[in-house]
Amino acid sequence: MSLLIGVPREVFAGEKRVATVPEVVEKLIKLGFKVIVETGAGDSANSSDDAYRAAGAEIAESAAALWSGADMVFKVRAPNDEEVGMMREGSTLISFIWPAQSPELMQKLAAKKVTVLAIDALPRQLSRAQKMDALTSQAGVAGYRAVIEAANGFGRFFNGQITAAGKVPPAKVFIAGAGVAGLAAIGTAAGLGAIVRANDTRAEVADQVKSLGGEFVKVDYEEEGSGGGGYAKVMSEGFQQAQREMYAKQAREVDIIITTALIPGKPAPKLITAEMVQSMKPGSVIVDMAAEQGGNCELTEPGQAVVKHGVTIIGYTDLVSRLAKQSSTLYATNLFRLTEELCKTKDGQINVNMEDDAIRGLTVIKDGEITWPAPAPKIPVAAAKPAAAAVPVAKKSHGHGEPSEPMSPKNMAIMFAVAGALFWLIGAYAPIAFLGHFTVFVLACFIGYMVVWNVKPALHTPLMSVTNAVSSIIAIGALVQIAPPLAADIVRPDAVIRWLAIGSIVLATINMFGGFAVTQRMLEMFRK
Amino acid sequence: MSESLATVSYLGAAILFILCLGGLSNQETARRGNLYGMIGMAIAVLATVFGPRVASMGLPWIIGSMVVGGAIGVYLARVVKMTQMPELVAFMHSLVGLAACLVGFASYIDTSITFTGAEKAIHEIEIYVGILIGAVTFSGSVIAFGKLSGKIGGKPMLLPGRHFINLIGLLVVVYFGYAFLNAHTVADGMTPLIVMTVIALLFGIHMVMAIGGADMPVVVSMLNSYSGWAAAATGFMLSNDLLIVTGALVGSSGAILSYIMCSAMNRNFISVIAGGFGSDGGTPAPKAAGGSAEPAGEVSPILAVETAELLREAKNVVIVPGYGMAVAQAQHTVFEITSFLRAKGVNVRFAIHPVAGRMPGHMNVLLAEAKVPYDIVMEMDEINEDFPETDVAMVIGANDIVNPAAQEDPTSPIAGMPVLEVWKAKTTIVMKRSMASGYAGVDNPLFYKENNRMLFGDAKKMLDEVLVVLKT
Repeated sequence: MSLLIGVPREVFAGEKRVATVPEVVEKLIKLGFKVIVETGAGDSANSSDDAYRAAGAEIAESAAALWSGADMVFKVRAPNDEEVGMMREGSTLISFIWPAQSPELMQKLAAKKVTVLAIDALPRQLSRAQKMDALTSQAGVAGYRAVIEAANGFGRFFNGQITAAGKVPPAKVFIAGAGVAGLAAIGTAAGLGAIVRANDTRAEVADQVKSLGGEFVKVDYEEEGSGGGGYAKVMSEGFQQAQREMYAKQAREVDIIITTALIPGKPAPKLITAEMVQSMKPGSVIVDMAAEQGGNCELTEPGQAVVKHGVTIIGYTDLVSRLAKQSSTLYATNLFRLTEELCKTKDGQINVNMEDDAIRGLTVIKDGEITWPAPAPKIPVAAAKPAAAAVPVAKKSHGHGEPSEPMSPKNMAIMFAVAGALFWLIGAYAPIAFLGHFTVFVLACFIGYMVVWNVKPALHTPLMSVTNAVSSIIAIGALVQIAPPLAADIVRPDAVIRWLAIGSIVLATINMFGGFAVTQRMLEMFRK
Repeated sequence: MSESLATVSYLGAAILFILCLGGLSNQETARRGNLYGMIGMAIAVLATVFGPRVASMGLPWIIGSMVVGGAIGVYLARVVKMTQMPELVAFMHSLVGLAACLVGFASYIDTSITFTGAEKAIHEIEIYVGILIGAVTFSGSVIAFGKLSGKIGGKPMLLPGRHFINLIGLLVVVYFGYAFLNAHTVADGMTPLIVMTVIALLFGIHMVMAIGGADMPVVVSMLNSYSGWAAAATGFMLSNDLLIVTGALVGSSGAILSYIMCSAMNRNFISVIAGGFGSDGGTPAPKAAGGSAEPAGEVSPILAVETAELLREAKNVVIVPGYGMAVAQAQHTVFEITSFLRAKGVNVRFAIHPVAGRMPGHMNVLLAEAKVPYDIVMEMDEINEDFPETDVAMVIGANDIVNPAAQEDPTSPIAGMPVLEVWKAKTTIVMKRSMASGYAGVDNPLFYKENNRMLFGDAKKMLDEVLVVLKT
């Protein structure tokens, strides 16, 4: 019996997202699940009931019908009291929960004897958890949207242009905080052609900023700001002073400021003071992405766009919902990846495996028992070990040109001794006629050695086919055997030799003509 | 034509052969090099035919057999597909080997040549050695041809006690060599000669049978070398300096190629010839040795559509072709993708590992056939440092040559082998038919890396799909 996944309509005011989209419904059904969607759930995310139906989902007429029937519920926002009341005992909920900020909700859910997986509790440092990381996917959407809002409120082009009507300077954008949202904003703003600067208390993100086309602005103060788990921490007073000076300087220079600074469990740091806003050029825009947590700017009014001192300050708290289709699709895919992890057997059943680091971290309530917070996950050892044990890479071999390093004197001496002994042996016993040929042979070997080292590796195949063609010189051997001008009195088995020689000539000429022709054919192909 | 004139012609031919090999040092002069080779060969043949050692009564026979051989050769060169080059080369080596045997036998039964004392002994040793090398080259090349063309399975065939068998063979050959030298008449000497030839043939078969598919570049270049030595031995036998010089050139060229191939796999020549990767010490389970080397994580498969997206958005793309590309005949599609991306301003280049494919330079020839301009085809050393700036590295049908275990895991059987450092690119896409491990039987940690994506399926089919998506 496969489980029924229920997707209710989000009831939170202004929430336009939906926890799954028709494209993902199809994939869930392939995993063996059945899906039921509340009527109108996807309306604000451009997913109609018909689209869900076409993808194979059922449509529930009311929230109550959906909650009572579903074995698993996918949601975006944490459920409100009414929704918790409708939950069926023994069912599973996957949603944003924020267990640290909402202990009451946790108690109520636990009382319902349900299992709850909080997508925000995902251990983000596990690399395989990335595909389920809804915080990241949603923050990326928000960062993108923040730039679009800024562009909307800004009276000029983002990119510099030289037009017949005059020169347009590019917009200067400063982004405070280079987390996922900040990086998305950097990429988007740079893509629109603006000059982008960014700052973050974590110095290690400088490279990421540069890779997206931004310029990293350093604070003139030495302190490491990484607070574990990829979040920032509160900085010292001296640092904050230096940081304020830097922000004040940027505020005077740039046209747009986007702030994304958040510290987990704390109100957002006030980075932009009223004086800084005052110092900005009229027509500038500030987008405060931390508005929900109080805002990074002193003058932000959460949920509103206001104009103060000629500067538009955008404090929307629903940036993600303003791009509902995109954020819903990404969120739905995150949940689908999580479902895959829960249902490795692909039979529509789930197994909340508490041995699995990722799932253990996500699970905040298991069958009515609060299991949050999870113990710190075991960092996969294997990933780190090999790097530590890295072997110095073997000598840079591949011999193009000369063999890399000279031989050790000892080996050299042995080689000369062996060669000397060999030469002495040959000199002592071989007749002079042989020595003539031997000289030619040895010298030819050396010429071959010298010449062939210069051949490009790209031409190794033509080299082989041409040497192959050249080695058909053996035909000469057969040619001189076939009919040598002999004195009349010498007897030899003429017929046998002739046929042997004819055989060799045929073989060798196949090689001769074939080898040269195929080499020619190959070399014709090498074109610049 | 007088004896002296013939000798001078031979000298000219020898110089032209040296220039021929020298011309291959780069693509611009390579075609002229080949022309030098042809002229040299023509001079050598004409000087011999009209020289003092061939009577005019032999001419019809010579012309007849050369026309037959030439026609077959040109036909073969016309019809061969570029993916079949390794087979063709192996096949041609076998011809040289067989010709050397025939010339050797003919020379032995030719009673018109008489020597005495040390000269007789040396002449007979020359015959014996010449036939030996010729026979090994012949049978070894035939087996190599069979393996390369898929007529014989690519798996190494390892007989129990194979080193012992080879040793016995060698002793028998030496013993019969002694018997051969002491034979007084041609009939007496024939038995040891034939026994030796049979042993040499078996030895050639055995040697190549024990070598697996990915070691083929070494074997092919080794046989290339042998065919040269066979020619040189024939030269000694017939006291012909041109044969000696040419044989030595070819022999050393093949030897150098074998050396380059071996160092590209960080293995020594003996161990390649002795056969079987990792099978020598009777420890067939390299994984058990490492423990910590077990790759962790999981693979992320992607589809052609996403591959096309990645390529479209990249600025720097490096394509690493391997034998899988040759098998799937995907080089033309690769070229179309390349030219499409280049037209859009993407910097696409190719990275060639020295042992990619089944013979030295195999990949270069395939790419050249597909009209990929050679100045974007890079060698390993040229491109390895560029991977960190590469957005997408696309590995097509290659495995061991991009295995990071060679650098990271000292217990890996391929530890220390120089590899293409594709994992340093921002994203790698590996195209494979399945998750099976490469020839070396070593699991590839690359597949489990976070920035790696796997595109499963037949290379040609998948690339066609990628191309279709790119063009829409």
